[in-house]
Amino acid sequence: MSTATSDRFAITTSELTRQFGPLTAVDHIELRIPYGEIFGLLGANGAGKSTVIKMLTTLLSPTSGAAEVGGFDIIKSPGEVRRRIGYVSQLVSADGALTGYENLRLSAKLYGLAKAERGKRIADALDFMGLTDSAHKLVKTYSGGMIRRLELAQAMLHRPAILFLDEPTIGLDPVARHMVWDRLLDLRRDYGMTVLITTHDMEEAEMLSDNLAILHMGRISVIGKPAELRAGLGADATMDDVFVHYAGGLIHEGGTFREVAQTRRTAHRLG
Amino acid sequence: MERFIRESAAIVEVELIKLIRDPTEIISRAVQPVLWLVVFGQVLAQVRGIHTGQLSYLAFITPGILAQSVLFSAIFYGIAIIWERDLGVVHKLLVSPARRSSLVFGKAVAAGFRGILQAVVIYLVALVMHVSIRLDPLAIFAVLGSVMLGSGIFATFSLIIACIVKTRERFMGIGQLLTMPMFFASNAIYPLDIMPSWLRVIAQINPLTYLIDALRGLVITGGENIYGYGVDFAVMLAVFAILLFIAVRLYPTLAE
Repeated sequence: MSTATSDRFAITTSELTRQFGPLTAVDHIELRIPYGEIFGLLGANGAGKSTVIKMLTTLLSPTSGAAEVGGFDIIKSPGEVRRRIGYVSQLVSADGALTGYENLRLSAKLYGLAKAERGKRIADALDFMGLTDSAHKLVKTYSGGMIRRLELAQAMLHRPAILFLDEPTIGLDPVARHMVWDRLLDLRRDYGMTVLITTHDMEEAEMLSDNLAILHMGRISVIGKPAELRAGLGADATMDDVFVHYAGGLIHEGGTFREVAQTRRTAHRLG
Repeated sequence: MERFIRESAAIVEVELIKLIRDPTEIISRAVQPVLWLVVFGQVLAQVRGIHTGQLSYLAFITPGILAQSVLFSAIFYGIAIIWERDLGVVHKLLVSPARRSSLVFGKAVAAGFRGILQAVVIYLVALVMHVSIRLDPLAIFAVLGSVMLGSGIFATFSLIIACIVKTRERFMGIGQLLTMPMFFASNAIYPLDIMPSWLRVIAQINPLTYLIDALRGLVITGGENIYGYGVDFAVMLAVFAILLFIAVRLYPTLAE
């Protein structure tokens, strides 16, 4: 990939593929996501969304193909990639046995924020996410929405260029979900962050995404702007129609036992 | 190096905060070694069937029981790692630019502090039972070092098993399978020279034997250190280095 391409795009993938034994979870994915964009990655359970995110965040090596994140190759320069990204996992990754402040302090130290800067960054992040009053309470006493906002605060603490959010609103009630959306839009407005978000929520996808891709059995079925994708199916088409049309919509595509258990556990912990 | 220390210290700090906030596990794990000393040690001391030189049997097994409590509290550390994996904490740590070696080393050091708390309990029980304990600062300092190192070895070993088996159910089975054979195939409750030759060979490749050997000389007044402290610490450091090397490579697989 040329330097000019790297300068324009926060994320690029070329023939990105991941196999687990005989199963091809991600199959020759091509993505070009410009800086500053919120990009939605949609698909049924087991379509390969989380596998794509794990590869782009350096948690999982691709079987073949290439990808650059923030201008750095995910295989050759994983450390440089990690410095430039923030990640909110589908799982609830905030430590319930620590306070919100302690969770943030751990992140600040692991991301190498200078001691003099640490306190201000943590205070700013808590304020930005509306958690200042709860900073010194144990996270296990937080509501689901507060936990997700804390995780966003952890992910943005080092001011990454790119945020990866793997189903960040799963298990949240509508009020908490809208609050997370507002914070995401604020993050883009205030810090110009690029966001790659996976979701099952079509309202969320349409509300947040500048562009989105729908994955089906590890391959990209379609990429485009939400309104254009709806228009492509007819005047009255909804995002649900778009999803069903491009994601297969068959009942057998329900994800693995582990994925379903994981999703339910996350929803239970947040709910 | 400064970065390595800072990152490891960050991991140790949160582990200690959690330990202080909820010491239930440490308290429950302290019960078993107390029973070994108070019940098993006292009863077998009456039998006088095991020759322990000039030491009373209770004095002989005190370092063994200390090492046992270090082993038992550290070997189940992998459960916590699997729990962190299930919660997503491991993913968060691995997406950060922190070195994998810092994360694994930080976990090992945190396990060392847990081991020290176990040592304090054993010391108190041994003193109550009139075991002649060495209380000179140099010996105590060396015991702290031995306990930290021993805990680091078994916690890192536990982390490796966790990375391989990845589920709590499988880990519990393997953990149970490993701990008692390691304990009995060591010099914890009987001297090496009364073991059958095949068991002595196993004991000599068991790192627990070298931890106990160091502790026996350092904890008990008149306790005999057979291999020499240099050998004991060299073996333990080498085993720790090898296990760290393996664990650093396996730890990222937990997030796959």
